[in-house]
Amino acid sequence: MKKIMILLFVSLFSFSVNSNAKSITLGWAAWDPANALQELTKEFTAETGIEVNFEFVPWPNFADRMLNELNNKGKTFDLLIGDSQWIGAGAVYGHYVKLNDFFDKEGISMSDFSPATVYAYSTWPKGSKNYYALPAMGDALAWAYRKDWFDRPELKSEFKKKHGYDLGVPANWNQLHDMCKFFQGREIDGQKRYGAAINTERGSEGITMGVTAAMYAWGMEYENPNKPYDMEGYFNSPQAVEAVEFYRKLYEDCAPPGHSDAYMVANLDAYKSGQVAFQMNWYAFWPGVSKEDSDGRVSGFFANPKQNVAAATLGGQGISVVKYSDKQDLALEYIKWFARPDVQQKWWDLGGYSCHNDVLNSPSFPTSTVYAQGFLDSMGIVKDFWQEPTFVELMLPMQEAIHDYVVNGKGTAKEALDKIIEEWVEVFEADGKL
Amino acid sequence: MSVKKKFKGLSDKAVGWLFIGPTVLLLLAINIYPLVYAIKMSFTNFYANKIGREPQFVGLKNYIKVLNKEAIWEKMQVTASFMFWTLLLQAIIGLGLALLLNRKFKGNELLTTLIVLPMMLSPAVVGVFWTYLYNPQVGLFNYVVNFFYDLGSFDMIGSSTLAPWAIVIVDTWMWTPFTMLICLAGLRSVPNYLYEAAEVDRASKWQQFIYITLPSVLPFLLLALLFRGIENFKMFDMVVELTSGGPGSATELASINLKREAFEKWKTGYSSAFAVILFVTIFGFGNVYVKVMNKIKER
Repeated sequence: MKKIMILLFVSLFSFSVNSNAKSITLGWAAWDPANALQELTKEFTAETGIEVNFEFVPWPNFADRMLNELNNKGKTFDLLIGDSQWIGAGAVYGHYVKLNDFFDKEGISMSDFSPATVYAYSTWPKGSKNYYALPAMGDALAWAYRKDWFDRPELKSEFKKKHGYDLGVPANWNQLHDMCKFFQGREIDGQKRYGAAINTERGSEGITMGVTAAMYAWGMEYENPNKPYDMEGYFNSPQAVEAVEFYRKLYEDCAPPGHSDAYMVANLDAYKSGQVAFQMNWYAFWPGVSKEDSDGRVSGFFANPKQNVAAATLGGQGISVVKYSDKQDLALEYIKWFARPDVQQKWWDLGGYSCHNDVLNSPSFPTSTVYAQGFLDSMGIVKDFWQEPTFVELMLPMQEAIHDYVVNGKGTAKEALDKIIEEWVEVFEADGKL
Repeated sequence: MSVKKKFKGLSDKAVGWLFIGPTVLLLLAINIYPLVYAIKMSFTNFYANKIGREPQFVGLKNYIKVLNKEAIWEKMQVTASFMFWTLLLQAIIGLGLALLLNRKFKGNELLTTLIVLPMMLSPAVVGVFWTYLYNPQVGLFNYVVNFFYDLGSFDMIGSSTLAPWAIVIVDTWMWTPFTMLICLAGLRSVPNYLYEAAEVDRASKWQQFIYITLPSVLPFLLLALLFRGIENFKMFDMVVELTSGGPGSATELASINLKREAFEKWKTGYSSAFAVILFVTIFGFGNVYVKVMNKIKER
């Protein structure tokens, strides 16, 4: 009996050691692309024998959970697919492993990936040759619309009569507003419909990601290009003010009732339930929307409309190795595998957004899905929020001030932007940047 | 071995310390130490997320900054208004329900059980399902209001005028049963002979309520309001789930703002000062309140 017990103990112990040695944990947000990655990763496990455990955190808690983990030097994650804005903190505070030597050794070249994604997801300081992540999931804010409603002859003629141009993909934000307002409160198939489900969420980053889609299109710059962190006259320029005013108008005139604290899932739900003609959302959600519309009659997709300039809010993430991981070698092996062009092609086929040039430049890519061309267009015009190590401190005042103005109707757009600058100056001063 | 034998040779004082020792140690570790540490941090420019950056002593700078910040006073006003209305409504409705349930009628026990159900729910869950109830398109709240008076579609949590009332209503719905239970305990402790004597003296029901019921139940009611006041001063979860502090900052209570400063912006020194100010405020109010309550009891 004693021998059996010892044998059992030894085998259990060796199993546990073995399973620990050959497994890694990857952290990401809980959304459709994460499921696609889980599916893709089965091939990695089959090839290498390394098990990959996943921890997917819902978006509203994603930043809190992951940044707390990093700040506490936690070992829960070996790999992290972190938001583009985290790259500064990841590099400066030493949370992420610098990947340059590994890339050189394994022959992984950043020139094989789309330049915009390398700049946004991998480098710190921005545009330098210091890489802290491999571009994993390209993304930008875009729009989906109810093509089936747009195709109805009676609606088309009524719209043309009213506005003098065709109901279709809006060429600019003014047209977008016209179209949204056209559908606001309209009865279609016996149900009351509304204009657009736009980002209004207060708690994390929602309304900022939404309003910046307009601000970028109006030509807003965060700072003086010749004098970093000098924001006066740039972030609160007349164009930026106009864009924020326009976003409020869009919310007041076109959002469905109760859409005052909405982001990704709420926008998606409003659209899928047939409440709205338009939804603002990330490309990451389009495979799901498209899957339910196999003949492409219901939904159409388009890149963020231009106003003064063509621009779109950047989303997406890079994959990084966590500095506090005890299994960095296994995590790096995963990155090496993930960077392979054949794996990147499968990633796109499964619903992930590859940033690899072999995939994006393939002649068949623009027609591979109904939103592929829009994705290509968007990735050429993306702009991101501050990627500073202090990005959360910078995000929160903007969330509050913009929500206060757009949803709460308090003050003016100029006052909201001035207030944000005031808070940002304080953050940059505390960080020694000013 | 008997307890007596086991502790043989130890003085009463030593046995006393043996019993309370673990509790005192726990209290020191998880209450007193963090409090002292927070006070220490409040005099520094510490940022918990800036690894490797040593905190520097900044004196009273954080306190001055907190007290001079207009936004902080706005949050304090929101908190004060939330506390005032929730405590007032919970006192009136809670006492009313207690008076009702103090009577003997069929189904009394079942009704009591149903009334106390909301306070057994998790505040986060309450916050989430009230967001659905308040939904202007499909929510039951709009439907019920419009059933009695046609207001059309209105957004309780998207309007800066209505959102503060939205959180007051939910908190009142959830915690009135608590006030009711404490008041009910008070009502059941009033000896019957007082009412019998009052009947003999031909006192009206109103006079019996004013001169017997209310003075007897008042200390209980005040105790319930003390508990609720302390709880609502640090209210967080339900409001975060319901409104996230919005729209804008219309329902951003002091505790929500403190959490954002401390664990999202990571301004550890500054938020420690803010936390100390909140602690002193509630501690001071609590003490004054208890003294007033004791005086009322002595009367």
